[in-house]
Amino acid sequence: MSDVTVKINGKQVSVPSGSTILEAAQKLNINIPTLCYCKDLGCGVSNKPASCRICLVEAAGIRPRPVLVPACATPITNDRVEVWTNSQRALNARRTVLELMLSDHPKNCLTCPKNQDCELQKLAAEFGISDIEFKGEVNHFPIDDSSEAIMRDLSKCIMCRRCETVCNKVQTVGTLTGVGRGFSAKVGTASMIPLADTSCTFCGQCVNACPVGAITGISYVKKVWNAINDPTKTVIVSTAPAVRVAVGQEFGFEPGTPITGKLVAGLRALGFDKVFDTDFAADLTIMEEGTELLGRLKSGKNLPILTSCCPGWINFIEHNFPDLLHIPSSCKSPQQMFGAIAKSYYAEKMGIAPKDLIVVSVMPCQAKKYEAARPEFSHDGVRDIDYVVTTRELCKMFREAGVNLANMNDEEYDNPLGESTGAAVIFGVTGGVLEAALRTVKSIVTGKDLVADAINFRAVRGLDGVKEATVEITPDVKVNVAVASGLGNARKVLEMVREDPNRFQAIEIMACPGGCINGGGQPYLHGHRDLLDKRMAGLYLEDANKPRRMSHQNPDIKKLYDEYLGQPGSEKAHHLLHTHYHQK
Amino acid sequence: MCECKLSEGAKAKFAELDAFIDGLGINAKDDRRRGYLIQVLHKAQDIFGYLPREVQKHVADKLVLTEAQVSGVVSFYNYFTTDPKGKYCVNVCLGTACYVKGSEKVLSEIERVLGVKADTVPTADGLFSISALRCVGACGLAPVMVVNGKVYGKVTPAKAVEIINEYKAKG
Repeated sequence: MSDVTVKINGKQVSVPSGSTILEAAQKLNINIPTLCYCKDLGCGVSNKPASCRICLVEAAGIRPRPVLVPACATPITNDRVEVWTNSQRALNARRTVLELMLSDHPKNCLTCPKNQDCELQKLAAEFGISDIEFKGEVNHFPIDDSSEAIMRDLSKCIMCRRCETVCNKVQTVGTLTGVGRGFSAKVGTASMIPLADTSCTFCGQCVNACPVGAITGISYVKKVWNAINDPTKTVIVSTAPAVRVAVGQEFGFEPGTPITGKLVAGLRALGFDKVFDTDFAADLTIMEEGTELLGRLKSGKNLPILTSCCPGWINFIEHNFPDLLHIPSSCKSPQQMFGAIAKSYYAEKMGIAPKDLIVVSVMPCQAKKYEAARPEFSHDGVRDIDYVVTTRELCKMFREAGVNLANMNDEEYDNPLGESTGAAVIFGVTGGVLEAALRTVKSIVTGKDLVADAINFRAVRGLDGVKEATVEITPDVKVNVAVASGLGNARKVLEMVREDPNRFQAIEIMACPGGCINGGGQPYLHGHRDLLDKRMAGLYLEDANKPRRMSHQNPDIKKLYDEYLGQPGSEKAHHLLHTHYHQK
Repeated sequence: MCECKLSEGAKAKFAELDAFIDGLGINAKDDRRRGYLIQVLHKAQDIFGYLPREVQKHVADKLVLTEAQVSGVVSFYNYFTTDPKGKYCVNVCLGTACYVKGSEKVLSEIERVLGVKADTVPTADGLFSISALRCVGACGLAPVMVVNGKVYGKVTPAKAVEIINEYKAKG
């Protein structure tokens, strides 16, 4: 495509014909505010409905006279275009647009869950809005807190439609849609039914996409504080792999830096009685799932095996592919394995009644809140996992308690549920679960430890949405594997499986594009998707630095089997660590 | 949806809708199915009188769209209704010309004799529902009321009641 030259605020720049004014301005480092526009909501899908008009600029060379146009959606196709991003006309128009938006937006920022993380609030501050001229009608919609995971307060919706785009185009879940018309338009569900009654998977990508406080997570933070301060309860916490590489950016660390030791110290400072690692349960998952994979490969039945760690993905298959419910691994997710072991093995070992042992997990995820509340994960009214808090919510707990991770010294996890290997750490990134399984399966089948670079299965790494590879277990046994992240990609891979059930033997699926590092409970990216590369690098760094990098080498896992479970796949292991799926 | 719970009448209606959709000759992979949605919804509303959730779900399944997509379109267009209507839809024009000629009094009188408000529920016997609308393009006949597409001009409150009574007599 040919280049065109455009003049913006008197500076010339050359861009490919058809580039938007916004793209040209970015090349010149000229900032134009945006709100509905998002370059990449995941899997390269952008959102530019040009509905918010906050990016209005004045442009000549498009119409006979200079006009106001939205920079995000106006292509430059000739050399005559001249743009002013901060002319009085442009600034006045933007201020009017913002004031109109604010006139129908609640002003209770102080008590909003998105306080200080809100893009609309930030714009109001940048524009120095001190008075809103328009005192008109205000929409009041009821709050939807029907689900265990996601809360929607549509009175705050600004109709940017990012959530709708991510739900339909990236995740292909299709729960959200524009509802109504004109002033009372909002993004809702079919017939405005509660989210809990829809096919929502609770992946939380809409939470990440929402620029304001219209979609947030349901918070259990208060209940966690109450438990910590209840002297009759023993409160233990476990941290998911992806948390350790995301939490640092909130405390001034270079994004992606693994700060596991400081995270442990911080959790102890909050008052948790024991600080454990969900990675321990991830190693346990590999023992069970690896055994299951070997069994299925031997029998040739129920292939390909699909990983089952991700609750958003499990919700997706239960809603959309009921004909394939026999192929996901029957293994519970690491979170639920952790809860089951904590409330049986650990509770017995410590002589604590399960009802007095409160298990909290820190997750990068909203769907984990739903998963923890599934009825099959409760016994006699006692849940295996009592409360889930997201990485974001944990950061708020740290701040509330005055715990600054930057000032903490590294501490170690408690035992016995705190020991883990490098294989468990990489569960937090797309491809990691499969790599962890391949390490153990190959090592067990060949009877040899994988050394040096043989332990790195690079073909399944990276942030591509769909990865396919053929992996050699032995010279005679090769398995075709696939890795998908993002539910739209999961759909593609499952359709491949429907067409040709023999194409793959093992498939890893994660609901969020990139895996848990981009989970619906992680610190907001605010458009900086390069943070995902950094978080991924952080996990592989942590893996490389671990003394043991294969799950079956975890000494405390060996001990757990010796003392309690017997063998992987044993009856007791099945009872505690496996589950089943239901059509929804 | 579970067909077994449907009455014979509803079954026949769904069959009529299905025949219409099948006649369009589109399949799950055909992108035109989104383009046909409005046409299908028009037909569905013709058949059922309104578009309850079950009908929207059915249309979504048949066109391989999500229920949300269908619901979004239904909610956007004023023409589509998710509430049942009476056998006779009485529309009173409140456009400028009709209004100055006293159509508001006509509307109040109809609301009074039928005992329901405009744009709410149908009468208990299911015979009538009332709507207010804006300009049907017959300003010369103001004030105007329309019953199931039939236009009545130069209506007075008393004349409106006579018209209502005629339909009541028909049942």
